[in-house]
Amino acid sequence: MSVVIDIVSWLFLLAGGFFVLAGGIGVVRLPDVYTRSHAAGMTDTLGAGFILIGLMFQGGLTLITVKLILILVFISFTSPTSTHALIHTVHASGIRPILADAEDETSKT
Amino acid sequence: MFTAATAAIVVTMALALLRAFLGPTLYDRILAVNMFGTKTVLMIAVLGFLMGRPEFLDIALVYALINFIGTIAMLKYFKYGDLGIGPPSNVGDGK
Repeated sequence: MSVVIDIVSWLFLLAGGFFVLAGGIGVVRLPDVYTRSHAAGMTDTLGAGFILIGLMFQGGLTLITVKLILILVFISFTSPTSTHALIHTVHASGIRPILADAEDETSKT
Repeated sequence: MFTAATAAIVVTMALALLRAFLGPTLYDRILAVNMFGTKTVLMIAVLGFLMGRPEFLDIALVYALINFIGTIAMLKYFKYGDLGIGPPSNVGDGK
């Protein structure tokens, strides 16, 4: 039974590592701040969620799991909030998405 | 297997730092630093299990809260130019 729990936990940890790595590559390679915020938000939800759930399987029914659940709840509340605040500030400061100007030009012609 | 997750998180932290150094605008840097903080929380949690001392989770919990408050404070400062209460009445939000 513990082998099954270990395998499930490893699968969750591997999936979380994959999403975290994909988000990191996206933050470097995507073209502007709006698309980069998508990559960063993906690591905060999918990556952190998978890794913390994988750690919960290792923790078992103890206080450790309760703390992991608390971390997961805090991250899942604060990450969308901070991403929304960031993008709202970017939009208010006048930076436009890179494709917005192209769409304006095509709609004019 | 904790080692693989730790390696992925470390590589991602390095990539976030790279974006924080490169970032053409200020907001790219704030985004990268916020992401770096979230990855630090994950890193502390996984490292606690890797070293067999899961008591580090308290530190991760506190770090998650401080990281959020720091990001919001930075954004409020750069949007309103002040950390006081509310937006000043003579400064719009850019519209």
